[in-house]
Parts: sequence; structure tokens; C-alpha cells
Amino acid sequence: MKQKIVVVDYGMGNIHSVVTALEYVTDGQAEVLLTSQPELIQKADRIVFPGQGAAKDCMRELQTLGLDQAVLEVAQQKPFLGICMGLQVLMAHSEENDGVDCLGLYPGEVRHFGEVSEKGERLKIPHMGWNNISQTRLHPLWKNIADNSRFYFVHSYYVDPEDAALTVGECEYGLTFTAAIARDNVFALQCHPEKSAAAGLQLLTNFIEWDGTE
Amino acid sequence: MSLAKRIIPCLDVDNGRVVKGVQFVDIRDAGDPVEVARRYDAEGADEITFLDITASSDDRETIVHVVEDVAETVFIPLTVGGGIRTVEDIRRMLNAGADKVAINTAAVFNPDFVSEASDKVGSQCIVVAIDAKQVSKEGEPKRWEIFTHGGRKPTGLDAVEWAKNMVERGAGEILLTSMDRDGTKIGFDLDLTRAIVDAVSVPVIASGGVGNLQHLADGVTKGGADAVLAASIFHFAEYTVGEAKEYMAEQGIEVRRT
Repeated sequence: MKQKIVVVDYGMGNIHSVVTALEYVTDGQAEVLLTSQPELIQKADRIVFPGQGAAKDCMRELQTLGLDQAVLEVAQQKPFLGICMGLQVLMAHSEENDGVDCLGLYPGEVRHFGEVSEKGERLKIPHMGWNNISQTRLHPLWKNIADNSRFYFVHSYYVDPEDAALTVGECEYGLTFTAAIARDNVFALQCHPEKSAAAGLQLLTNFIEWDGTE
Repeated sequence: MSLAKRIIPCLDVDNGRVVKGVQFVDIRDAGDPVEVARRYDAEGADEITFLDITASSDDRETIVHVVEDVAETVFIPLTVGGGIRTVEDIRRMLNAGADKVAINTAAVFNPDFVSEASDKVGSQCIVVAIDAKQVSKEGEPKRWEIFTHGGRKPTGLDAVEWAKNMVERGAGEILLTSMDRDGTKIGFDLDLTRAIVDAVSVPVIASGGVGNLQHLADGVTKGGADAVLAASIFHFAEYTVGEAKEYMAEQGIEVRRT
């Protein structure tokens, strides 16, 4: 049986490229399904949880579609890949939109970059373009990806988990921020692997081969 | 280690074919935008921009198919501009696989469109393309205005004020073209670039006038641009994207090496 990879669709942003990239790396060997149905998400072998846009809208859509509980459940059961907003909403709370309660899988805050760096330089917001991810610890999803490889980012907020041990990758933009987190069957990153050329495709390949343990 | 300055090759597409001539020895059909885009991706382009210059709106569907075909095998950000007038146009491009759309004339005629578009699809998808021309005379403080119709029609809009207005309305990025320099190969209008970069909080892509690799480097080091866009120097295989990156890196500019 082909494995089933579900991409969670909650109407936030352009997620077709996530599906296209997964179809490219699986090359017909897996079924890639874009869905907003909780029961299909629960039946999948792997979950990809993307997202773009504002935290408030993301949370509202997840709640309206009844996906918040489904996502939290599978995030504790199956290999789970969060991308961009799919990382941010795993935290407890976001500063965006005057404060938004998020899914709360991990304690921590989602913070705005601010327009001045720690060194006092002016920062362009959003943080947009190719930046290095420093792999702060080993993980199966970093397999065959050189440390400090560049990935494509587009975001104005970053995650600040309370438990520093969650962090598996860091990036510099005005300050050092958490670019990727991992625990048990969950891996989530701020950048867009589906738009990060060879490094991104390797990460997606690693995800579909991952057994969900570290 | 830090955020890399981006190099963005631009393809002018007319009715599904690349125009202005593209010369690579190793591709079968130099007019096929899919082949050309793959080639740029292989050379290490950081993004690719397609500018649809198809005159007839009936033929606009062809660019959608171009984007779909490119997005199947090219996994870097893709921007599409030309003829984007409605939120429906934007959604069609994003669904085809584009990551961003560039809005130009439609923003000038209806600035609210930019607000509406960024509300609906998010600022990260909205690039506002600004075509500016110097209007100040010799000896006066420099001033630029927005022009439409390929630089022929003045609008009376001050370029710096317009850029700020567009960012307030939700533009996530500015694609800035100097109409004085476009096609001249004498380099970017660096004063214009610097003026816009200093005025807005979002990334600025410099465009118009690139004739050699030093021009690309100057756009970043002197103009302050976050990204540089060029068409002809890459099309005619004068330089590869890889060579451009080598050159910029030698001047101390952070670039993504592949």
C-alpha cells in the first residue's frame, strides 16, 4: 500500500507548491492529499501542516473547520511537519494581531522582529529571502543537508519556545531566532522547504522516509 | 552568514514564448519559458520573475500554463507580473504555482486594489511594480514620477511618496524599475534606488539598466537594494547567474552559492 501524506488545507495561503513539491519527491510512490477533513487527517500516515497569513486568521480558520483538535491529536501520533505558520501556531501564544492564543502544543511566544536589529541596524520586514540555518543538534531530517545551508524565508514573526531543547535549527536576522524545532514525531520549520531548491527537497525527502523518532 | 542578496532573472513572455531572445547552447528551444526557467534554476537563480506582455487578454491563459509547467520542476519562488487587475487574476496565478504577483498599472489606477489584494492573499504574495522616471532638471534636487504605458504617460505621482503609499496598503515588496535606464545597459539609477530603499520598510528589487556584473553589485552596495533583477545580460548568455554570484561574493556581498 502506498503511504498517505496529508497536507492540511485550512485556506491559509498558497499551499499548492507544498503539494507539488511532495509529489515531486515521492514520484508516484505515495498518495499526496490536500484536505480539510479531520477524519482524512486522522487516517493519514504523515501530516504536513503548512500555512501563510495572519495568526488570528489561521486560528479562526482552524477552529471554524474543526481542525484545531485534529491537528493537535495527530501532532502527538504521526510524523508531522509544520511549515511557516504551521510552526508558529504550535506555540502557546502569538504577539500578532494584538495577541492571539494558538494551539499550545509547546509553551512559548511568537514574536515580531522589530525594525531595528540588536546591533541597532535597520531591518527590512518581512525577513524575505535565502538565509542560513545552523543545525543546533542532529536530527534525521537534517540528513544529507550541509550545516548552514540556505533556505527560503518569508515572515515577520519568529518563534521563541520556552524550552530551548526544542530548537534544532537557528537563523540570524537582527537576532538569533529559532528556525526549526523538533520533539518526538514533530518537526517544524519557519522557512519554506517547498521553495528552497535542493536543500528543501532533501528535507522533504527525509520527512517522507522518517520513522517519527529522533 | 546572513540573509543573502537575491539575483532574479526576468523573462518577458509574449503569448507563451520568451521574447527578447534567449541564447543558451544547451537548450533545445530558447523560446520555451519552461526550459529557460529550468536553466536559470540550475544556474542558481534565487527567484524567477515572469513578465507577461501578451497584448490580447484572450491569450492571457497561456501564462497560467507556463507557470504550472515551471512550478512542477522548479522549486524556488516564482513571481508573475503583467495584466494582474483583479483578486481573481491573483488567485489564478497563485493556484498555478506562483508565489507572488507583481501589480503595476492596476495599482496606479486603483490603489485600493493593493489593499484588497494584500487583505485577501497576504502581503507576502504582493509585489508592487513601480516604473519611475526622473522629472527634476539639472541642478534641482532629484525627483522621480510614476509613469505608465511603458514610460510614456506621466501620472504626476511622486515615486517616493507612491512607494510609501503602496507599502502602507500592504505591498510586501517593491519592484523598482527606472524607465530612464531600462534597456540602456548603463546601470541602475542608483539615486532612485537609494531614495526608495530608504523610504520603505519592505525589501526593494532594483531593475532597469543592467549591462554588466558591476552594475548588479552596485545596485546592492550603492543603491542598497535587497535584490537585483536583470533580463538581457542573462538571456544573451553574456553572464550566467553563477558568474554574477561569484562576482558579487568577491565584492563582499552575501549571496546564496549552489
